[in-house]
Amino acid sequence: MTDPFQPRHPDITEQMWEKIDAVIHMNRNKKGSVITVLRECQTVVGYLPVELMNHIAKNLHLSSSEVFGVASFYSLFSFVPKGRHTVKVCLGTACYVKGIKEVVSRISYEYKIKEGETTGDRRFSMEGVRCLGACGLAPVMVVDHDTHGAISADKVITILERYK
Amino acid sequence: MLCGGTGCHSTGSRALKQALNEELIRKGLGDEIRVIETGCNGFCAVGPVMLIQPEGVFYQRLKVEDIPELVDQHFLKGKLLTQRLYVDPAKKKVIPLMKEIPFFSNQMFWVMRNKGVINPEVIDEYIGRGGYFAAAKALKEMTPEGIISEVKLSGLRGRGGAGFPTGLKWEFAGKSPGDVKYVLCNADEGDPGAFMDRSILEADPHAVLEGMVIAAKAINSHQGYIYCRTEYPLAIHRLEIAIRQARDYGLLGNDILGSKFDFDIEIYQGAGAFVCGEETALMRSIEGKRGMPRPRPPFPAHKGLWEKPTILNNVETFANVAQIIANGGKWYSSVGTETSKGTKVFAISGDVNNIGLVEVPMGTTLRTLIFDIGGGIPDKKKFKAVQLGGPSGGCVPAQYLDTPVDYEEIAKIGAIMGSGGVIVMDENTCMVDMARFFMDFIQDESCGKCTPCREGTRRILEILKRICDGNGNPEDIETLEALSATIKEASLCGLGQTGPNPVLSTLRYFREEYLAHIHEKRCPAKRCVPLLKFEVDAEACKKCGLCFKSCPAEAISWKKKETAVIDKSKCIKCMTCFEKCKYDAIF
Repeated sequence: MTDPFQPRHPDITEQMWEKIDAVIHMNRNKKGSVITVLRECQTVVGYLPVELMNHIAKNLHLSSSEVFGVASFYSLFSFVPKGRHTVKVCLGTACYVKGIKEVVSRISYEYKIKEGETTGDRRFSMEGVRCLGACGLAPVMVVDHDTHGAISADKVITILERYK
Repeated sequence: MLCGGTGCHSTGSRALKQALNEELIRKGLGDEIRVIETGCNGFCAVGPVMLIQPEGVFYQRLKVEDIPELVDQHFLKGKLLTQRLYVDPAKKKVIPLMKEIPFFSNQMFWVMRNKGVINPEVIDEYIGRGGYFAAAKALKEMTPEGIISEVKLSGLRGRGGAGFPTGLKWEFAGKSPGDVKYVLCNADEGDPGAFMDRSILEADPHAVLEGMVIAAKAINSHQGYIYCRTEYPLAIHRLEIAIRQARDYGLLGNDILGSKFDFDIEIYQGAGAFVCGEETALMRSIEGKRGMPRPRPPFPAHKGLWEKPTILNNVETFANVAQIIANGGKWYSSVGTETSKGTKVFAISGDVNNIGLVEVPMGTTLRTLIFDIGGGIPDKKKFKAVQLGGPSGGCVPAQYLDTPVDYEEIAKIGAIMGSGGVIVMDENTCMVDMARFFMDFIQDESCGKCTPCREGTRRILEILKRICDGNGNPEDIETLEALSATIKEASLCGLGQTGPNPVLSTLRYFREEYLAHIHEKRCPAKRCVPLLKFEVDAEACKKCGLCFKSCPAEAISWKKKETAVIDKSKCIKCMTCFEKCKYDAIF
C-alpha cells in the first residue's frame, strides 16, 4: 500500500516507519486530515524531519510545499530534535504578572539555553508556551508531563535537577 | 466530591483520591462514603479542594498526610478538621460551609451549575441533574423556528468575546439554503489568562454537547465539530468519553431519541495557533490548511466550513443553551442588564487572593468581582489595574472599578468583555512592560496575511522594547498612537483590529509611566531591568539581610546591623533581591 521506496533517516527506526504508515493509512481518505497525521507522526518520531514530511505529502497526495506550509504555521510542530526533557514555561499573562520572567532568566543562566533552544547534551529543551490555562497555579512550568505550579527563580533549579 | 480539574491534579488530587479510598476501606466506610472525582470546582487557588456532601463542608489545601486524620475526625467522630478549612483572609474567621465562603456566595451558577457536583465522566449523573431533557424537548416538541425564537428572546450573546446575538446567528444559518450544514464549537481558548472553557469542558462536557444538539436541530445540521486546543489534554479526554456515552445512549448519532433527527459530533484538535480562534481561520484549520482568516462576507452562516453554511459558537455559549430551552428565554433574560443577559463566567488570576473560576450575573461590578469574590490583593499591596479581554482587551484602572459587567459598558472604558479573562495587577506591575508583553504575543501570533498587522505589530513591539530598555525617544508615543490607529483600521480580522488595544488603553490611563521611562529613564514599578541600578537605598534599608541570604550569585555583602551592598560585577540581575526586600530599599 505505502511507498515501496521508503526513505531512510537516522532518527527513524523501522518500527517507527511502520507506525507512520499505519497513521497515514487510517487518515488517507479523510478530508483535511494532514494536521492530524503530522501530529501523530511527530508523537512517534519526536519531531518532523524533511524526509518524513515528504513521505506524508506523497502518500496523502499533497505537494511537499502544502505539507510544509501547514507544519510551519502551527507552533506544535518542530523541525529540529528536542532534548530528553521538554521544559515548557508558561508565558501567559497571569504567569507573567507573577514573575515567570525571572524564572526563565534563571534557567537560561543555569543551563545556558534560551527559549526554543536545547542544551548541548540534549538534556533539556526550553519552550515558551502560551497560556496553559492553569493560571490558578501561576507561575507554571510543565516538565514532560508534570505540571509544577507556584514556582520561583529559587525553586526552579531544584525541580529541574530531578530530571536527568 | 474531590476536585479533578487540571489545577487540583497538579497539586496532587489524584494521590489524594487513592489515599482517601484506601483509608475509607480500612476504616470500614467503603460502602457508606463514595469518593467522586469532579470537574474543576473553580477555587483553584486553594487546591486540592474537596466538598463533603450532604453537609456542604469545604476542605482546602489537602495533603495525603491529612487523610487519616480527616477520615477519623470528620467521618467517624463527626468533627471538623479545622486546620484544613477555609479562613477568610480579611477577618481571619474560619468558614466551614462552602456556600458561606464569600468566593462562592457572591456567585450565581447557571453555566457551571454542575461543576463539582457531578462526575463528568458519567452521563447518568448529568441526566440525573435534568440533562438532555432540553434536547429531548427541542427534538420532539419544538420547531427550528421555535428554538431560534426562544434563544433570541433570551438575549444570549456570544460568550467568546464579540457578543454577537446567538439567536440571530442561528437564524441566518437556518435560512441559508443547503442540505449540508455544520455546527462548530470553538474550544480554542487562546487568550492568556482565560481558562473558563477548559473548566466547563472538564466539569460538564455534556452541557456543551446538549447545546450543540439543540443548535443542530435549529439550523438542520447533521455534523458537528468541536475544535479544541491541543494544550487541553484532560478536556479532550473527557469530551471523548462524553461523546462515546452519548452515542451509546442514543443521544448522538442516527435517529436521536426516536425523533428521526441525525446528528453526530467529532473532536478536532488544534495545533497551537492563536489566530485559529477567529472563525474563518478555525474553519480553514479543520480543512487541514494554514489557519488564516479570510475576508467576510461571505459570512460563515452562508459559506463556512467546506463552503457550507456553518455556525460557530463558543463553549460557554453552548453551555447556556440547554437551560434556555428548558426554562424559557424569558426566564433567562430576567437576569442581567439592558443589553447583556444571563451570567458570565470569568477566570480571575494574577495578583489576587482567590484565583479561580467564577460565574456572576451580568451587571455585577468589577469591584465585587475582584474584591468580594476575588478577596482583594495579597500582601497588602495596592490595586493598580485589571486587564480584561486578553490581548484584544485593555487595562482598566482603579477609578473605573464600579463599572458593571456588560458588553457595552466595558467597551466604553476602552476594554472588551472578551472571553472572560480577568487579570488583576498590583502596584508592582509596570504598564509599559505589560503592553510590551501583549505586543510580543500579538506580533508572534499574527498569521502574516495582512501587512499592517504583520509589520505594524512588529514595529510597535520594537518601540516598546526600546522604551523598556531606557532608549525611548520623546516622539515614540505619537508614533505608537499613529501605528495603532493604522493597524486597527486596516487589518482583516479581529486579531489585528483589536491587537493594539493593550497599548492604547495603557497610553490612555498610564501615560505618566511611559513618560517616566522615556524622559527620566526610570521604571516606577521597578520591573524593567535595564532601568534599574541595583543599588541599596541606605535610608530605606532595615539591615535585615534577606537580600543577602537569597542572592544566588553571592553578589550581596551584608553583616548584622549594616546596610547591604550589591557588587555589580557579580550581580546577574535576576531580581531575587527585589522580590525579597520588604522595604522597597533596592532600586
